[in-house]
Amino acid sequence: MSPTREIIKLRINGAERSVEADPASPLIHALRNQLGLTGTRYGCGANQCGACNVMIDGQAVAACDTPLWATAGKEIVTIEGLGTPERPHPLQRAVIAEQASQCGYCLSGILISAAALLKRTPNPSEAEVRSALDRNLCRCGAHNRIVRAVLRAAKEVT
Amino acid sequence: MSPAQLPANLKANPRLARWLRFDAAGFIELSPGKVEIGQGIITALAQIAADELDVDLGRIRMIPVTTAASPNEGTTSGSLSVEQSGSAVRQAAAQARAIYLGAAAQRLGVTAESLTVEDGTIVGPGNLRTSYWELADDALLERDAAPGAVPKSPSARRVAGTPAARLDLPDKVFGRPRFVHDLSLPGLRHGRVIKPAGPGAKLTALDEAGVRAIPGVIALVRHGSFAGVVAETEGAAEAGLDALRRGATWSGEPMLPDEVNLAAWLKSQPAETSTVQDRKAPVPVQVARTVARRYSRPFIAHASMAPSCAIAQWNGPDLLHIWSHCQGAYGLRTDTALALGMPPENIVVEHVEGAGCYGHNGADDVAFDAALLARAAEVGGRPVRVQWSRADELAWAPMGAAMAIELEADLDARGDIIGWRGEVWSNGHVSRPGRMPIPTVFSASLLAKPFERLIAFNPPMTMGGGAERNSVPLYDFASMRITCHRLLTMPIRTSALRTLGAFANIFAIESFMDELAAERGEDPLAFRLRYLKDERARAALEAAARRAGWSERRKREGTGYGIAFGRYKNFGAYCAVVAEVEGDAEIRVRRLVVAVDVGEVINPDGVANQMEGGAIQATSWTLKEAVRFDRERITSDTWETYPILRFSEVPAVEVEIVNRPQERSLGAGEAAHPPTAAAIANAVFDALGVRVRDLPLTRERIIAAMG
Repeated sequence: MSPTREIIKLRINGAERSVEADPASPLIHALRNQLGLTGTRYGCGANQCGACNVMIDGQAVAACDTPLWATAGKEIVTIEGLGTPERPHPLQRAVIAEQASQCGYCLSGILISAAALLKRTPNPSEAEVRSALDRNLCRCGAHNRIVRAVLRAAKEVT
Repeated sequence: MSPAQLPANLKANPRLARWLRFDAAGFIELSPGKVEIGQGIITALAQIAADELDVDLGRIRMIPVTTAASPNEGTTSGSLSVEQSGSAVRQAAAQARAIYLGAAAQRLGVTAESLTVEDGTIVGPGNLRTSYWELADDALLERDAAPGAVPKSPSARRVAGTPAARLDLPDKVFGRPRFVHDLSLPGLRHGRVIKPAGPGAKLTALDEAGVRAIPGVIALVRHGSFAGVVAETEGAAEAGLDALRRGATWSGEPMLPDEVNLAAWLKSQPAETSTVQDRKAPVPVQVARTVARRYSRPFIAHASMAPSCAIAQWNGPDLLHIWSHCQGAYGLRTDTALALGMPPENIVVEHVEGAGCYGHNGADDVAFDAALLARAAEVGGRPVRVQWSRADELAWAPMGAAMAIELEADLDARGDIIGWRGEVWSNGHVSRPGRMPIPTVFSASLLAKPFERLIAFNPPMTMGGGAERNSVPLYDFASMRITCHRLLTMPIRTSALRTLGAFANIFAIESFMDELAAERGEDPLAFRLRYLKDERARAALEAAARRAGWSERRKREGTGYGIAFGRYKNFGAYCAVVAEVEGDAEIRVRRLVVAVDVGEVINPDGVANQMEGGAIQATSWTLKEAVRFDRERITSDTWETYPILRFSEVPAVEVEIVNRPQERSLGAGEAAHPPTAAAIANAVFDALGVRVRDLPLTRERIIAAMG
């Protein structure tokens, strides 16, 4: 009955971290509640909205739908690891430049999806950006500003 | 200016110290009673204060609303924040500036009139200097707003009217804690509540032992049909919720209507009927013929990106603290007090941001859920964080009301409109907390001694109305009769969703205008302008048409253009939209051109952002959205069953702001939705030659209309 709790080692944002948790529990709980990385936002718990996307070995993945055991030996990047105010990721700079947000709740997951896109496609077309973000929902209607921000960041990187 | 002329919200909360505080460290705290709900209001209010006080925007620190200290400015709704709170902030800041200049004059031994302020440094003749920061003294503002201070004229403002970067954005871009969901409090526990099997269901049995057996669950709370768990960890709370779901037995009769023919259902319900407008033609004209049409919209969900969330903590048996993303902290406090039978003074509600809020969603409900769970003895006064599930968010937050609208136009022999009649059937559009003698927080209706569920009502027309909002066309028709039927039954709980009835009413009016223009073979823009006297309305329409290239548009197979107009509430912002669509049965909106007149613009980029967002959200409502249900429950409770517009489906949006610095500022948050829906429907007609009068404009509806 009682879930097994184990010490699980994670590699997050370039650092070794460990949590004591049920290996079957979702990554998002460990991030938000044990590691203080609340930038990964919970949206649906069913991998349908993209709000909790993190990068695992370069791929945008829903943290609500990823059990801890599946992250063993992999490199996790959360929004906090993407950049900081002192050393922002080009995407973060671009979102501020384009004022590409309203409520901002979807933003962490979108920035992760966009960062994963720019890793594999450094100079995407607008259609490629939209397609890469199609599994990320935004309810406020900031889509076009976000697309502009991603294209601006891509220009800066390449 | 006499005190009687103070802005209403300042008059109601006259103590200046409640609005502003100067700090010796070189910043000013501004405490408006309006909250950030994703719309950018705190930035616009900071701009207004920075202007009046002659400080850089960076010196203004925005304090979130708390019932412990903030002025009570009611609910953050109705696109009224810039207008109401902005004018109060402007006047309070002007008075504070005058008070500080008075103190500076005394210190420097000169007259206040000889002083100027540069970013908080106060400069007098002979280079005498002091500053707000040197003079900072809370006692100076411990007085009531009084006559005397005159705010700057619009032309003297430096900050307002220029684009300002959102103050809340850096936190969100770097993933710092900003939302109530992220709040970390010592000893925090996690709670979950179970929702009934359907709106009419009662909890008849619960396997309590099974729930308590879940490791980490520390409390099981049950009051009547309300049940929830508190646990050490979020995982344990989720496991506890699963056990609750497995262990609950519900009974109840199916009570939801047939979703297939909502208009017929709306028309068959008992209703309260009111006359919205009854204007008779001074000289009766011979009616050659009458055209009648019916339009409808379904129930629409808020579908906020975040599930509703709140934290509650009991500090002793009768002191409650709530952290909530509600739109009205005071209203939530009132309803919580009513439901718990305690004095409101013993409750503090503090606002913490949530995901984008488009009206009365689940924020208040979940806060009350948290208060009930946190009261359990086993919790020991620790804070309890309750988060709804995605399914609860989509199925149990109040819905925007379904509406049926019947319009009739009397035409003369030339096909000109000489009479107009409209009839609206809808549930009420408001059941917000804090306004009625019974609490409207949902779980109050589940308690062992349940509170009655309030049947949603419509605000008065002086506030823009609810179901009847924008049911009166702005066009100049000789005779007009508008009637509204508010349902007296409410199987699906409705409350305020962005624009209230305006979305469907403008959709109907502007679709009908298009149909009448088409029957005459007249250009839809020219047809509208013939009936429109209001210069600002005409200018908005013409601006949208010009920007969109309306007069140069070419008819091509499978593409279409549509135009529509609305003045929100008939006394708010003017907005015209041109839509360009393509497709066959599957419609894609390629481009929306939006022209808006919000009077004096405070943050041009903020207005543009609201218009873009409004147009995109309205496109989603128009093309895709409908709450689905069977006779027992809401079934559209996932993003797959309640789809919204995705990145690849979002149209290009161009915004043209008609700035009128000498006119009163009007809210931008809801202006774009209503004309967007009609412009798209009109463009579909232009493209395909079919008229779809029931929203959403889905593939099935379009195929059905093709006959």
